[in-house]
Amino acid sequence: MKRRGVLQGLLAGGAAAAVGGCAAVGHGRAHVVVIGGGYGGATAAKYLRLFSGHAVDVTLVEPEPAFVSCPASNLVVAGIRTLADITLPYDTLTSRHGVKRVQDRADAIDPQARSVRLAGGGTLRYDKLVLSPGVELMFDAVRGLRQAQAEGRILQAWKAGPETLALRRQIAAMPDGGVFAITVPEAPYRCPPGPYERASVVAGYLKMHKPRAKVLILDANEDVTSKGPLFKRAWNELYPGMVEYRGRHQVSAVDARRGVLEFDVHEDLRADVLNVLPPMRAGALAVQAGLANANGRWCLVDFRNFESTVAPHVHVLGDAIQSAPLMPKSGHMANNHAKVAAAAIVAELRGEPIDPAPMLSNTCYSFVSPAEAIHVASVHRYAAAQKTFLTVPGSGGVSARRSVLEAGYAAGWAQAIWADMLG
Amino acid sequence: MPAALPTPCRSTRRREGSAVTSGRLPAAAAGLVMLALLQPAGARAQPVSGLQARTLAAACATCHGTEGSAPAGSPIVSLAGRPQAELRAALDAFASGTRPGTVMPQIARGYTAAQLDALAAYFANRPPAPPR
Repeated sequence: MKRRGVLQGLLAGGAAAAVGGCAAVGHGRAHVVVIGGGYGGATAAKYLRLFSGHAVDVTLVEPEPAFVSCPASNLVVAGIRTLADITLPYDTLTSRHGVKRVQDRADAIDPQARSVRLAGGGTLRYDKLVLSPGVELMFDAVRGLRQAQAEGRILQAWKAGPETLALRRQIAAMPDGGVFAITVPEAPYRCPPGPYERASVVAGYLKMHKPRAKVLILDANEDVTSKGPLFKRAWNELYPGMVEYRGRHQVSAVDARRGVLEFDVHEDLRADVLNVLPPMRAGALAVQAGLANANGRWCLVDFRNFESTVAPHVHVLGDAIQSAPLMPKSGHMANNHAKVAAAAIVAELRGEPIDPAPMLSNTCYSFVSPAEAIHVASVHRYAAAQKTFLTVPGSGGVSARRSVLEAGYAAGWAQAIWADMLG
Repeated sequence: MPAALPTPCRSTRRREGSAVTSGRLPAAAAGLVMLALLQPAGARAQPVSGLQARTLAAACATCHGTEGSAPAGSPIVSLAGRPQAELRAALDAFASGTRPGTVMPQIARGYTAAQLDALAAYFANRPPAPPR
């Protein structure tokens, strides 16, 4: 019904013929607007062009002038890489692939009118909308955090950019013998192993430069949520006495002036640098548009084409969706969502059936020291009976051990995925 | 593109893809038997359409590069234009465990034999990208 509706809509718009295999709208061509230039959105923009043989017009709406990667940003926090190393231009999407770029913020979506209102005042009409809004950090879930954040005293640095460098400066200014505390929100949150990687590489820095300092991980979850045995082994073997992990520690309030964390049941803790990661939900635009229909936090989608279950022709990707079982909120996964969605959108615009059995894979590397890394990998197939993605039995897994070899692959992964989405 | 991230292990790094051309391939028959045993429950021996193959291959592109051409200097091998039989044998060897690796054995076991066939054929038929 939905697919037929798209075609009927296109034909009703006056498109008599397919252009380059793609149905056209009015006197023009099919137009897909992509909101969000991260791992999901940038990949979708490029692959919509590739999969349609450049017959679909694609407009990418992203307010930032350049892409800054969250993966590898922990290496900037630890002083191993610079912000320039993880910043890439959007230019090639336009010059090589013909993606039209609008450097503006999308303010509102009207699914009935199929239009997007821009903060700068313009309006974009679409046949299909791809929304890859990332996550919103729920600062108000932790008392005092919004103000401490605004004052720059307690940072998240979970969205890579200026805060990544600001956190780097706080850690560099910490006295030897000081404490760096990072709090982990209840899952699901963006990048499950990210907090533990950050703790590890910060410990790597401190071991070299402030050997009496401590790293405290305060986790709202019962235990390490990803690659647990590998991280714990690294902490024990590489940073004995330096890294301390405490599960079931849900932070409830912060006092930035005194450097104190308060918890729902445990005693207060003091640290020199506080890195508080609050609970997360789908990016604000998705929530405002009423697309976050899973507990008001995440967007339910049809996993065959990533179309919202409440808004036809709106396809939601990446961290913002209600994930399938064992599907992490990762950049790699968002990149794979984007390809399945792009293929389905192009098929729908052509009036062809979509793939009834799509596949996704994920590989996620974490550095445990400046020199060594670990991974987790998974393969997911669409299960028609359950209408979700399930991991393929017998596939996937984690590293046998941390290694220098995988640190090389981790660097290669970043280079490859950046080229795949932006190159 | 910014410069590639420094890779701290350049001198000692092994390449997962190196056995594609190393000649240390397993007996094809044994590999296929192992692979058959490894097929996930519920995975149907469905044929793979050309469009499905392209989307399947796009998942590989995340690490191996768009259309199977990895960025210059990548420690992760390019797949575009390699002989189909070699690619297929490498995937079998990863899936059956006869070829060691880090990520690839875990990924290869997630696909049916028909999907691996389609992937090998797809990448064998891609032109290798000129260096950029």
